[in-house]
Amino acid sequence: MIALHEASITVEEGETVTVLGANAAGKTTLLNGISGLVPLRHGTILFNGESIENLPAHERVARGLIQVPEGRLVFPFMSVEDNLRLGAFTPRARVHLKSSLERVYDLFPRLPERKAQLAGSLSGGEQQMLALGRGLMALPRLLMLDEPSLGLAPLLVQEVMDRVARIRAEGVTVLIVEQNVNQTLKFADRGYVLENGWVALSGSAAELGASDEVRKAYLGM
Amino acid sequence: MQLVLQIIANGLLIGGLYALLAVGLTLIFGVLRVVNFAHAEFMMLGMYGAYWLWALYGLDPYLSVFLVTPVIFLLGVAVDRLIVRRSIGKPDVTVVFATLGLSIFLQNAALTLWRADIRSVSTFATGSVFVVGGVRLSVAMTVSFAVALLFALALWIFLTRTMYGKGIQAVAQNRRAAALMGIDVKRAYMITYSVAVAAAGAMGVLVAPIFTIFPRVGQTQIVTIFVIVVLGGLGSVPGAVIAALLVGIIRSGAGFLFGTAWGELAYFAVFLLVLIVRPQGLFGRRGAEVYGG
Ligand SMILES: Nc1ncnc2c1ncn2[C@@H]1O[C@H](COP(=O)(O)OP(=O)(O)O)[C@@H](O)[C@H]1O
Ligand SMILES: [Mg+2]
Repeated sequence: MIALHEASITVEEGETVTVLGANAAGKTTLLNGISGLVPLRHGTILFNGESIENLPAHERVARGLIQVPEGRLVFPFMSVEDNLRLGAFTPRARVHLKSSLERVYDLFPRLPERKAQLAGSLSGGEQQMLALGRGLMALPRLLMLDEPSLGLAPLLVQEVMDRVARIRAEGVTVLIVEQNVNQTLKFADRGYVLENGWVALSGSAAELGASDEVRKAYLGM
Repeated sequence: MQLVLQIIANGLLIGGLYALLAVGLTLIFGVLRVVNFAHAEFMMLGMYGAYWLWALYGLDPYLSVFLVTPVIFLLGVAVDRLIVRRSIGKPDVTVVFATLGLSIFLQNAALTLWRADIRSVSTFATGSVFVVGGVRLSVAMTVSFAVALLFALALWIFLTRTMYGKGIQAVAQNRRAAALMGIDVKRAYMITYSVAVAAAGAMGVLVAPIFTIFPRVGQTQIVTIFVIVVLGGLGSVPGAVIAALLVGIIRSGAGFLFGTAWGELAYFAVFLLVLIVRPQGLFGRRGAEVYGG
């Protein structure tokens, strides 16, 4: 089946772009298509001017195209620190493993306390922090986040969104899919609205926040 | 006392042989989620490799093991490319028939090429024993026991201490997330499968001076190996080693006390008891056998 029909999106270096859309709109499929986890029927993906749609997933990661997947997908039977180390699996990231680890532990102070613990024993919020940290370990040139606050208690949602805003402030280029449209639009530069596998709307964060369509459908106003 | 030690020693030695097969089988299951029904056929091929190199060129199995093992590794690469890789992610039935079909194919290929004749290799090691503290140990069995444990240890160090080994563990725990770490999942499958079947082949070479060789010899071992893998916990390398040694000792002990047939029954009984108390096996993790990502 075709989960995503046509989606033409661009993310400039240093930008934060968000993709909005109801459940089953095709947001995850879009990110997985970019990551190379699902095949593309047609079209191209340009990354730093290079077309990558024929590269296998691991080679896209090697170029710095990193995804923090929906549902976090931490390695449950491995320690927190081993999860983070695996984030720096590619040669490009591995040479900076030590400094990356310090940076991640700095950003997520709860992780160093639990570094020897199995990732599967962490709470949902901690697992999300771990997944974000693991993504940063890869030294992303583009960091794609698929619903990082999904299934978290409101207080944790706030914490996760704060961290994402901080990652963004460090200059990381971010493409984020989120249900928390209100908060995401606060720190995003631009956004796209995906409906049934098509891009229905796009514009700056301010424009989207002000559009009747977005307000009705996603902000409940 | 002497007798007890002798029975335990016999059990440990035979258990070591099982371990070399079981470690590979459990690893293939853990990483690829494929039950390799053809696993013991690679042992059979190793035995024939040892036999022909000995019969035609007079090569001792302890030398030819360095020749046969790489060849079986390459065979593993080919089998992964042609069969195993194509069945991954398909319905369970497809995966089962793929490796079961391979098992039947290899048995019949051996039957066609080399006939059903029972063959054996005799070297300086055949029948020679040495005595430690009154316990008699077969030289050939002791060598293969040492190789098996060294292999398991090296594998364990690789899996837990190196980045690439951790990458393979990551594939076992969630292949989708592993790909997102930049791990070449297909390459991890290939390496895992080939190393595991090469270990089975190496074991075949090492036991050639001990056991008789015939096309269906793998079938005499595979059920025991499956019991060991499940008993140790699916996907667990240390579990496979411990369970192999345990089954060896139980079999040898019960076999001595009540006769060979009872030896078989005894380890099955222990197997069932353990599964009732710990369905995930001795070292398995609950849910690990289904977590594929
Ligand atoms: N592996 C799959 N097989 C079949 N259908 C799928 C698969 N993954 C997603 N879909 C379908 O594709 C559509 C888009 O899904 P998805 O990209 O996950 O949406 P979103 O992330 O926006 O909720 C949905 O209708 C979903 O049911
Ligand atoms: Mg989704």
